[in-house]
Amino acid sequence: MIVFNFKIRLVAIFVFQKDCLTYYSLMENNTKPQIALFIPCYVDQFYPNVAIATLEVLEKLGCQVTYPMNQTCCGQPMANAGFERDTLGTTKHFIETFAAYDYVVCPSGSCVLHVKEHSPKAQGLEKEQEALHNKIFEFTEFLTDILGIEKLEGSFPHRIGYHASCQGQRGLRLSSSSELNEKPFSKAKKLLENLEGLKWVELARTDECCGFGGTFAVSEEALSVQMGKDRLEDHISHQVEILTGGDMSCIMHLQGIAQRQKQSIKFKHIAEILNQILK
Amino acid sequence: MSHPQEAAEFLKDTAKSKWHDDTLWFIRDKRDKMSKTIPEWEELRELASSIKDNVLGNLADYLEEFERNASKNGIHIHWAKDAEEHNTIVLSILKKKDCTAIVKSKSILTEECHLNPFLEKNGVEVVDTDLGERIVQFLGQPPSHIVLPAIHLKKGEISELFHERLGTEKGNEDPYYLTQAARHHLREKFLAAKVAITGVNFGVAETGEFVVCTNEGNADMGVHLADTHIASMGIEKIIPKRNHLGVFLRLLARSATGQNITNYNSHFRSPENGKEIHIILVDNGRTAQLGRENFRDSLKCIRCGACMNTCPIYRRSGGFSYKSTVPGPIGSILSPGLDLQKHSSLPFASTLCGSCTDVCPVKINIHEQLYLWRQEITKAQGTSIKGLSMKFGNGIFKSPLSYNYSGKIMRMALKNLPKSLIYNPANVWGKQRDLPPVPNESFKEWVKKNRP
Repeated sequence: MIVFNFKIRLVAIFVFQKDCLTYYSLMENNTKPQIALFIPCYVDQFYPNVAIATLEVLEKLGCQVTYPMNQTCCGQPMANAGFERDTLGTTKHFIETFAAYDYVVCPSGSCVLHVKEHSPKAQGLEKEQEALHNKIFEFTEFLTDILGIEKLEGSFPHRIGYHASCQGQRGLRLSSSSELNEKPFSKAKKLLENLEGLKWVELARTDECCGFGGTFAVSEEALSVQMGKDRLEDHISHQVEILTGGDMSCIMHLQGIAQRQKQSIKFKHIAEILNQILK
Repeated sequence: MSHPQEAAEFLKDTAKSKWHDDTLWFIRDKRDKMSKTIPEWEELRELASSIKDNVLGNLADYLEEFERNASKNGIHIHWAKDAEEHNTIVLSILKKKDCTAIVKSKSILTEECHLNPFLEKNGVEVVDTDLGERIVQFLGQPPSHIVLPAIHLKKGEISELFHERLGTEKGNEDPYYLTQAARHHLREKFLAAKVAITGVNFGVAETGEFVVCTNEGNADMGVHLADTHIASMGIEKIIPKRNHLGVFLRLLARSATGQNITNYNSHFRSPENGKEIHIILVDNGRTAQLGRENFRDSLKCIRCGACMNTCPIYRRSGGFSYKSTVPGPIGSILSPGLDLQKHSSLPFASTLCGSCTDVCPVKINIHEQLYLWRQEITKAQGTSIKGLSMKFGNGIFKSPLSYNYSGKIMRMALKNLPKSLIYNPANVWGKQRDLPPVPNESFKEWVKKNRP
């Protein structure tokens, strides 16, 4: 326990709050909490580097991480298209795959939100399903709320534009919403803002949707692309060098448009940035 | 045309659609700034939502209380189960008053009931007196926004229209000049009308009075000059007590346009000597919606239009793309209840970003209801190719083996097929976007090698 703390104090300052207590209390008898990594299907297939970065960041922060090999998809694409009732098999498989772990961490807000709010009730697995909903976390919120990271140290001298995915932001409340009269906050910003040389760029429309929206990207192609172009324009006109975010689906859409338009802005998942700075 | 086709049409005029987006964003931004000057803003929203909960839970009682008190005050109450009954009641009042020309202030309910064409067919001239409504009426169009009916038009287009219809100077786009012209034109109509029709923003059960909110004062001008005032009121517009207005009036104007308060909040309680007030209480699908547990909260709506101003879809596709009297996010959860088939593409005209829910002054969970309507619509549509592909998807995802193989085959295909074949017309994603570069191995394959 002491060694563990010493090792991580080199790179991060931890402030233990209410939610962290459960995590750290699990370590009392010298067994680390078992964390399962949930990698969304399209990240598994198209962005293995993002998954590797997520895994390595957690490991560097002293976590005991397993990647359950039987995982597939959470069912979100089908449910958002109006076929939640047809995702029961996928949902049951998901619950069975992850039931045994203390925590489930995923580098995508929208998949986590789906599991928590839109997966159909799995008969016979009610207890496991409810438990799962309370132990599944999006990557940045796991770092700030469960591990209790208050500040990360390292150097990343770049102008960063953050794209808050709507389902992470307004669904999981990973950052304040511009519509609400609330104190501004952002879990991602907390992790990035203290990095040496990093410039967090404020955008004209801080939390407008990028237009990905799952099947919307195809069924409303014209709108989806226009929304993406507008979002990119906001970043580019503010001289953003690297556009980052917590959801690869938004980034895949934005990057696809930028590439087609031969725009030179770069894209990274926030886990890739953190993995680069953590030693 | 369905919503995607309408939206694609709207976006073809890039400059105009950008202007439309910016104009509505400006209003949303004004609303943000204004709402943040009220420290108790979120409490007000919560309170308004709770009051509406109470109203929807006791609607029949409040309506009867309203009827009793309004009748005591000398107001005539009529009940209309649908649009047709509403229109027939209006016409019968007009006939009794021997009236062939009326003025109307903005009322989305009368749009919903298609009152104008009905009255015109029956020989009654209808003049919409709200400036924006008059403009779209000249053009034979419905409003494209419930608060800003002519927001889809630029001042050059209005100048051209007024030149044709009101004889203003060609090319004079000065807003003051154009407004003055409309003012003179409308004044004549006000003076000639014996009956004035208004909508209702709030009906107060405890007093039997009702409140009409306008910025132009046109409702007041109309009803004070006319002998008869007909107020069309949706049954969900009831609030229990007068002091609840202190909650709703603070929310309404700030949410709608970022103003502190609407310019005219006029209370109508009893008719002047020798004059008449009629209220038509309209159901038109509202009790059916009240019976749908997942969707009943849509009846909390106070028609501020904030969800339209904030919606990234509405801003870039325009009000007409929805083909429903109430467009935008709130329209997309109200309209399927009226005609599921006709409005089936609307709940899909959203990324479920949730901005509408956070902006809503009465905290309607709009984006959640969009999601729920999607489930209803696919059920009602029965067997479809999309449905079968979803079942196929579930088949893949519930089995790790088939998932692993499908993924591998897909990546191999994307990697090895020629670009011309991948970017074929059926690949809608690839029309204006590149596909991500295909990695040699999936993460799962990487784990097998690196974390055995």
